[in-house]
Amino acid sequence: MTLTAPSPYRVDAGGYYGPFGGAYVPEMLYPNVEELRDNYLRIIEDPEFKREFKQLLRDFAGRPTPLFLAQRLSAEIGTTIYLKREDLCHTGAHKINNTIGQILVAQRLGKQRIVAETGAGQHGVATATVCALMGLECIVYMGAIDIERQKPNVDRMRMLGAKVVPATSGSQTLKDATNEAMRHWISNPTDTHYIIGSVVGPHPYPDMVARFQSIISAETITQLLEQTGRANPDFVLACVGGGSNAAGAFYHYLDQPGVRLIAAEAAGQGVTTGHSAATTALGKPGILHGASTILMQTEDGQVTEPYSISAGLDYPGIGPQHAQLFATGRAEFLSITDRAALDAAFQLSRLEGIIPALETAHALACLPLIGAKKDDVVVVCLSGRGDKDLATYTQHLEEYS
Amino acid sequence: MNRLTTLFQHKTADVLNVYFTAGFPQLTDTVPILHALQEAGADLVEIGMPYSDPVADGETIQRSNQQALDNGMTVATLFEQLQNIRQQGITVPILLMGYLNPVVQFGIEKFCQQCQATGVDGVILPDLPLEVFEREYQPLFTKYGLKNVFLVTPQTSAARVRQLDGLADGFIYLVAAAGTTGAQTDMNADVDAYLSRTKALGLRNPTLVGFGISDAASFAAASRHTTGAIIGSAFIRLLQHTPAEGQAAAIKEFVAGIRP
Ligand SMILES: Cc1ncc(COP(=O)(O)O)c(C=O)c1O
Repeated sequence: MTLTAPSPYRVDAGGYYGPFGGAYVPEMLYPNVEELRDNYLRIIEDPEFKREFKQLLRDFAGRPTPLFLAQRLSAEIGTTIYLKREDLCHTGAHKINNTIGQILVAQRLGKQRIVAETGAGQHGVATATVCALMGLECIVYMGAIDIERQKPNVDRMRMLGAKVVPATSGSQTLKDATNEAMRHWISNPTDTHYIIGSVVGPHPYPDMVARFQSIISAETITQLLEQTGRANPDFVLACVGGGSNAAGAFYHYLDQPGVRLIAAEAAGQGVTTGHSAATTALGKPGILHGASTILMQTEDGQVTEPYSISAGLDYPGIGPQHAQLFATGRAEFLSITDRAALDAAFQLSRLEGIIPALETAHALACLPLIGAKKDDVVVVCLSGRGDKDLATYTQHLEEYS
Repeated sequence: MNRLTTLFQHKTADVLNVYFTAGFPQLTDTVPILHALQEAGADLVEIGMPYSDPVADGETIQRSNQQALDNGMTVATLFEQLQNIRQQGITVPILLMGYLNPVVQFGIEKFCQQCQATGVDGVILPDLPLEVFEREYQPLFTKYGLKNVFLVTPQTSAARVRQLDGLADGFIYLVAAAGTTGAQTDMNADVDAYLSRTKALGLRNPTLVGFGISDAASFAAASRHTTGAIIGSAFIRLLQHTPAEGQAAAIKEFVAGIRP
């Protein structure tokens, strides 16, 4: 019998990643979370589930997404850069990988209604999309302020038949939308499934969402092998809001210490300006949205409101797995300012003909900072496209003309 | 002896527990409201420690939490306010209710010490998982003489209710219906069935019903199969609408009206 030591970076039997994770939920949510916890592995490992998931990823979402050698950007930075093109997924970001997986789980749990939270609206659109596809009722909570600043995505959700409900509590952004979605779930415990949009929330969500997003690194391995003859890159870069695209891009490399994992956090106007969302730089261990993790908070343990130019990174916590990757040093976390992200977005647009999402631009902005050599292979998870951010980019066009 | 234990030894029906948020409507209202509730005849009092993200609470309590935070309330400030209350004639049992993060940041052992020092009898931490309680908190609570209260909902399985009952030593908080605090629960046949079903389990702890109890009628209906009931949002609304000078009188009238 061979015994392999369990990976310190993967969820343990109790739902923890080292000291992080768990399910810190009030009793009102316990039966829902328990139902999911007791069934998710059985459901997602079922061959029929796997077949349907794979087919939808291919025929509906458009997978596999290409792995693209960005030659002009590589020359500019002085290394070898491959872009994992999640921006080419249906609805424009990696978020659909998770919502397809979760809607299939919801169906198998016999749920009739879906509730979700959204910040930038990408997860809301991806959720509304799969609900339309499967004919399930869809309610999306979105901060009242985000509804104002992400109007096109609000219209897309409505076009898809979803009900968009403004979250008017607290700071009226992603954190509050998440609170409202949880409250909705508390009030509708039996017929509703909550499709959380990132690797956050109580166990088993972080693990379940990471598994659905792990297709990103699974494809990368095959594609890299084909294109370079090696399966492992030297670096993998991804942005971290809650951390779902990063969790997927890192997944199959977690236990390969030769692969350096780089996570980009939003520094906003700068880590020390008071207008930032750089969770590991500014946060400390605590409990948010059902998980023990690292979060931005006051001395007294009140959750503080983050700031980022990118609504998808405007979250005061990170998933518990990322907290563990940070605490153990397995991943390096870099803080990227609004300005550096804008620079990177315009650079990619003009060198490669790809307009990235503002979130993704934070990952691109790490490229000059990691010390990659010419022959090093660097994979960047290009988590989403920039259509939704055009209004913001347009405000800065002059500066880059 | 712990005041909660004494209370339930002497009173086994129609127990009234009133919830209010610390530092609301004014930062310094905590202790005056405590005095007024005791004089009005509340059997026990639950003081809410305000939190930025109270997911189990409806709008009324959310807003009182936010206002209390804006007023500057913190866990440390609350303990300062509660210092000497027992010397000032407060005899009513007191529970602190709140979300886990502020307590963890304050330091769990320091929190328990402060509870004991100020005369707090028990705590309700809705997002504290059972296994974490057993592993880390129970020994401390025992050391500092704190009782722990668990929530149970209509969706909680009988096996789990028994498990929670085995670990609780204050009372069992029966959430009347699926929802957050302040939801309008009409005490309908479903709720009645749930309460009598729970009664039939023969729990070792007393049971108090909460969520949506707002007046004499809902209190009476809720208490039929239980030890009593908890009023929160309705009391917060009263505080919200009452001018400062009329607060004590309004509290007296409100509490008297619940058990006419
Ligand atoms: C394109 C894109 N990338 C990244 C994110 C951040 O989410 P996560 O950290 O879960 O990948 C978002 C969220 O809206 C997004 O739209």
